[in-house]
Amino acid sequence: MTKTFRFALLASTLLGGAASAQDVTLTIESWRNDDLTIWQDTIIPAFEAANPGIKVVFAPTAPAEYNAALNSKLAAGSAGDLITCRPFDASLELYNQGHLADLTGLAAMANFSPVAKSAWQTDDGAATFCVPMASVIHGFIYNKDAFDALGIAVPTTRDEFFAALDKIKADGTYIPMAMGTNDQWEAATMGYNNIGPNYWKGEEGRLALIKGEQKLTDAPWVAPFEELARWKDYLGDGFEAQTYPDSQNLFTLGRAAIYPAGSWEIAGFNAQAGFAMGAFPPPVAAAGDTCYISDHTDIAIGMNAKSPNAEAAKTFLEWVGSAEFAAMYANALPGFFSLNSTPVEMQDPLAQEFVSWRGKCQSTIRSTYQILSRGTPNLENETWNASANVIRGSEAPADAAKRLQDGLASWYEPQK
Amino acid sequence: MARRKPFRWHIGVFLAPAVLVYTAIMIIPLFGTLNLSLFNLEGQNRIFVGLANFATLFGDPRWSDAFWNALGNNCWFFIIHMIVQNPIGILLAALLSSPRLRMAAFYRTAIFIPTILSFVIVGFVWKLILSPIWGIAPGMLDAVGLKFLFAPWLGKEEYALTTLALISVWQFVGIPMMLIYAALLSIPDDVIEAAEMDGLTGWAQFWKIKLPLILPSIGIISILTFVGNFNAFDLIYVAQGALAGPDFSTDILGTFLYRTFFGFQLQLGDPYMGSAIATAMFGIILVGVCIYLFGIQTRLRRYQF
Repeated sequence: MTKTFRFALLASTLLGGAASAQDVTLTIESWRNDDLTIWQDTIIPAFEAANPGIKVVFAPTAPAEYNAALNSKLAAGSAGDLITCRPFDASLELYNQGHLADLTGLAAMANFSPVAKSAWQTDDGAATFCVPMASVIHGFIYNKDAFDALGIAVPTTRDEFFAALDKIKADGTYIPMAMGTNDQWEAATMGYNNIGPNYWKGEEGRLALIKGEQKLTDAPWVAPFEELARWKDYLGDGFEAQTYPDSQNLFTLGRAAIYPAGSWEIAGFNAQAGFAMGAFPPPVAAAGDTCYISDHTDIAIGMNAKSPNAEAAKTFLEWVGSAEFAAMYANALPGFFSLNSTPVEMQDPLAQEFVSWRGKCQSTIRSTYQILSRGTPNLENETWNASANVIRGSEAPADAAKRLQDGLASWYEPQK
Repeated sequence: MARRKPFRWHIGVFLAPAVLVYTAIMIIPLFGTLNLSLFNLEGQNRIFVGLANFATLFGDPRWSDAFWNALGNNCWFFIIHMIVQNPIGILLAALLSSPRLRMAAFYRTAIFIPTILSFVIVGFVWKLILSPIWGIAPGMLDAVGLKFLFAPWLGKEEYALTTLALISVWQFVGIPMMLIYAALLSIPDDVIEAAEMDGLTGWAQFWKIKLPLILPSIGIISILTFVGNFNAFDLIYVAQGALAGPDFSTDILGTFLYRTFFGFQLQLGDPYMGSAIATAMFGIILVGVCIYLFGIQTRLRRYQF
């Protein structure tokens, strides 16, 4: 390190210290370390320009460590003023423990629909404790060049989908589908919960499961596993040991034709892939059937109840709830779709394609997230394991469904 | 009448730093964990539940299946180390101590280097080597015409744990090698010379003279391997994640403890059940070490030179 650089560092620390003596500095806890530059270069400057006197620092942790690190920081009283909220029980638990402030009274809450807020509310909906930021949509991203070269039309029904996979496989240039089972979660998130809503009819089935009117062993809940079991033949060699980054690379290097995706991939894929991409929603049984998509409320932001800068934090949260923030966030991070009721104009074609499904399909959230993953065994984590087993062929679809149902029934009263 | 010996303060003074540090960072947390395993939450309150957590751990089929699966995997992990790592370590040490071997220092260093690498590096490097997509393992097997032997080992239930155990062996084989090497070097030359006078050379000399003399070191290595293996966690976590896939076939006590104590994804952490698992691990290691100390070590013959 050169001397000048050291002096510069020292000076900036001193100046920074002096500035914070007059201004309020808000620190944001987040798991989105991929978004650091976007927050620093786009979002925070826009807020600071509009609200002189408030400085904002974005301080993310690695995604896998976020929950554990945040819990420790909150318990120790060293957490930042603003907390990025995971959906449902993880945040609800923080609210119940008194770590997250009640934000029901925030004016900006009027900008969000009840569905958007449901992930960050108490079960009775009386208190909302995080301002919804974005949801992610599941579907399939495909290599347009590959589809054109092989003369494949975008599949809309399941039969067309498997016919397309067969055609890609027979041709042999591309791996039909890029997915592995090593990390397990893709099988559940981009597999089961991606294609599942078409079988269990989205919200209808999800709510029936929570009420105990349907069981995981019912046909609509077993059928997605049966479809997953058929995927095995279309995955690459050695998919059992293929990790999530492996799958991403296989697709962006142009070696695979279809990628079961979440919309959060868009920004990364746009940067990496050297070919044209398109997207299609999970295919339905017969042409003209109502389609259902997983439009999962994924990210929100709340306030540390013990923050000394509550007023400034509320100003920031009001701004996060505004249409201005929604437009900025959705365009800076294509694939994270605003939950704000005001429609947002997005520039990215792939993101536009994903969000257009909201118009023609019914939205739902991941079936395992609300209430059903509160006990032990944890339904979401079990679903990872079951989906990966089914794709690998080491567990039959019906057996996997039965195991999940038994696990859920062991602690969840309405399913007993 | 002899004067009473003055109290020897310096003993306490010299012991104090080690005792204090060890107590603060080992003994107190250990008893804290043992204590925590006797509590659980009822609503928002922590209440004393006695051995109820252990009753759940061993009585509830879900918990006990996971526990026995982890313990079984742990035993297999240990067995692989005992039958692969330690014999290879002894063999390497025997080769290294051979006076005719050239570049012994180079081999010694090269074999020991993986031991000082971080688990994270070892895990990722081997994951890449064995990757069916980018790895060099399929290509190398192909080059010698054995491509058919390749399988995505880390992704197959039947091979994954053995593969990881062998990776761990690769990493740690330097430790038994070094300990045995040191023990072999400490055998006095006159013993060897006497053996040679009696006509014992080569392998017969190794089996009849050297091996009995290094048995105490082998005992120490076995117990270090045992404790290390039953506390293992890092390699599995790095290579397979906290869910220890495929289908929990690589789940060992360490990963089971981690998932339970800290929680994973939507599963919130449960420090009380986690402590119960930690206590069970402590018990297993304690029993193992006691069997060694009282059953084996006291019977080992030592030779004075």
